[in-house]
Amino acid sequence: MSVANHVAMQATAISANLGSVEVLHSINLSLAKGRWTSIVGPNGAGKSTLLKVLAGVLPHSGDVTLLDQAMHQLPKRVRARQLAWLGQNETSADDLSVWDVAMLGRLPHQAWLAGPSAQDQVAVEQALRSTQAWEWRDRALGQLSGGERQRVLLARALAVQAQVLLMDEPLANLDPPHQADWLDIVHALVAQGTTVVSVLHEVNMALHADAVVVMAGGRVHHHGPAGEPHTHRLVEQVFEDRIAIRQLDNQWVALPRRRMWLTKPMSPHNIARDL
Amino acid sequence: MNMRQRVVWLVWSGVVSAVVLIGLGVCVGSTGFEDLLSPLLNPQVDPVQTAVAQQIVWEIRLPRTLGAWTAGALLGLAGAVAQGLFRNPLADPYLLGSASGASLGVAMALAAMGGGAGMLGSSVSDSANLVVSVFSSSLWVRVGLTGAAFCGALLAVLLTLALSRGVGHTLRLLLAGVVVGVVLGAMTHLVLLMSPDSLQAMQAFILGSTAFVGWTSTLLMAGVWCLCFVAAWLLARVLDGLSLGDATAISLGLPVAAMRGTLVAVLALATGTAVAQTGLIAFVGLAAPHLVRSLVNTTYGNLMLLASLAGGTLLMAADILARGLIAPQELPVGVLTAVLGGGYLLWLMHRGPNRVAGANP
Repeated sequence: MSVANHVAMQATAISANLGSVEVLHSINLSLAKGRWTSIVGPNGAGKSTLLKVLAGVLPHSGDVTLLDQAMHQLPKRVRARQLAWLGQNETSADDLSVWDVAMLGRLPHQAWLAGPSAQDQVAVEQALRSTQAWEWRDRALGQLSGGERQRVLLARALAVQAQVLLMDEPLANLDPPHQADWLDIVHALVAQGTTVVSVLHEVNMALHADAVVVMAGGRVHHHGPAGEPHTHRLVEQVFEDRIAIRQLDNQWVALPRRRMWLTKPMSPHNIARDL
Repeated sequence: MNMRQRVVWLVWSGVVSAVVLIGLGVCVGSTGFEDLLSPLLNPQVDPVQTAVAQQIVWEIRLPRTLGAWTAGALLGLAGAVAQGLFRNPLADPYLLGSASGASLGVAMALAAMGGGAGMLGSSVSDSANLVVSVFSSSLWVRVGLTGAAFCGALLAVLLTLALSRGVGHTLRLLLAGVVVGVVLGAMTHLVLLMSPDSLQAMQAFILGSTAFVGWTSTLLMAGVWCLCFVAAWLLARVLDGLSLGDATAISLGLPVAAMRGTLVAVLALATGTAVAQTGLIAFVGLAAPHLVRSLVNTTYGNLMLLASLAGGTLLMAADILARGLIAPQELPVGVLTAVLGGGYLLWLMHRGPNRVAGANP
C-alpha cells in the first residue's frame, strides 16, 4: 500500500485571507486516514480558517486533496458525500424542526426532486439517537437551549455519513456528560474507519485524539502523536506556558498555570508594587 | 398532530377560507352586503335579476376578489422567499427596491400621460385635458401603467444587484436595496414635484388598491404565481440549507450562488407583478410567512405554499373589509393591510419574543 493511501486529506502551500489580512501562511498538512486529528492553538491561530479551507468553503491559494482527488475538481455533491463539515457560530434554522435540520445532512445523497429514502430516514434516526436528540425530533430548533441545539447540529453532520468529518468547536455549549458522549461518538467513528478532524479549545479533550496539530499565528508549528512529550511541550508553548500537561488516570490533562503576581495576597501594597 | 398532518390541515384551512371569502367577496359592494348567490343559484326565479347578478359577479367582483387573492399569494410567496434568502424574519418583498422602482415607473408614466387626477379608480378623459388614474380600467392606460410599474420594479432590482455586485453577499445586497429604495423614492418625489397633477393619482398607487383588477390582471398574476411557485419550490431545499449558513449550504454540495440568483429573480418577478397590478400593498408579504410560522415549523417548500395561501386569504379578507366597512365609500386596501398587518405583527412580537426576533430561548 502506498503512502498516499494512508492520507485522507493533503493540504499543500495553503494561504487564505480574511478580508485583506492573510491569516494562513503557506500551510502544508497531511491528515491520516481513519484517525482522529485535533487542531489546537490560541485564539487567532487560524484553526477555524484552516478547517474551512479543508472543507472547501473558503477561497484560498494552494491545493487540497480529498481521498487522493484534487478537491477543486470534485463535483460538489460528490465532495459533500465524502466530506462533512460542522461549523462554529453558524446561523441556525430556528424555524426548522430538529428532524428537518438533521435531514439536511442527507441532501448530498438525495436526487434533486426525490424525497428522503428509507436509508436517509435510518441515517437521520441513527444520528439523532447518537447525540440524544431523538426525543425532540418534532420540536423547532429555536425552542432548544444552546447545548441541545449543538447536539442537533452535530447530528446533522453525522447524518451525512461521510468518510471525512471536520468539526469546528463541536463541544461548544455541551455539558460534561455530553462532552464524554461526543468522545464516544468520535471513537466509534474512527473505529469504523472515518477520518475525524476537530478544532478544539478544550485541550484536555484534544489530547484524546490520535494526533495533534499545533497552530499559532496562521502557521502549523507541530503535527505529532497526542501522547508524545514533544507534542505536549509545543502545546504548552503556544499557550505561553499558561497550561501544564500532566498525566492523570492514564489520561493527559491540561492544568491551568496562574500568573505569579496574582497568586500573592491581594493587599494594596502588593498590587501597587507589582504595577 | 405531527408536523406533516398540521401542514395538510393548514393547506385545507387556507383553501376552505379562500372559497368562503370568494363567496363573501362577490356579495360585498358599494351598498354593503347583498346576496347575489341566490339569484345565480336559482336563475328560474327571476331571470332579469340573475342576468344583472351574473354581470356584476362575473365582470366586476369575481375578478377583483380572485385578483386580491392572487396578488396576496404573490406577496406571501415573495415574503417567504425574501425571508429565507436574507435569513431575516423582518425581510419583506420590497427589500430589493422593487417597490420604489415601481413607484418611480408609475410616477413617470403619469407625468408622461399629462398628469393624473381624479378619484381613486376612476378613468375620466375629456377633450381638454387627458386625465388618468393609476387604477384606470382603460386598457391602454392599464397596460402603460402596469408596464411602467413592472419595468420600474425590474430595473430597480437590477440596479440593486449591480450595486451589490451580484447576490453572493447578503448584507451588501440588503444595503444596496435600501440605498436604491431611498434614491428612487427621492426621484419619485422629484417627478411628482414637477408634475403636481399626478399627485392624487400617485397617492392611490402608494396606498394600494384592488378596486380595478380585472380578468386580465388576475390571470396574469395567477400565471406568474404558478411560475414563481414552481421555481421557488424547486429551490426550496437551497433555502433550507441556507438557513444553516452559507458555508454549511456549500459544504452540503448546494450550488448556492446560482440558486440565490434564481431566487432573487423569483422575488423580483413576484413582487413586480403584484405591485404593478395593485400598487404598494403593505405588510402582506411580511405578515403572511409569520402567520404560517406561528402555526407550524416547517421546511421552505411547505412554507412557500402556506405563505401563498395565507397571503391570498389575508389580502382577500382585507379587500372585502375595505369594500364593506364604510360602504358606499371604499377604503384603500393598502391602508387596511398596513393597520391590520402592523397590529398583527405587534401582537405576535409581544406574544412570544422568540417568534419574530428569532432569538435563542
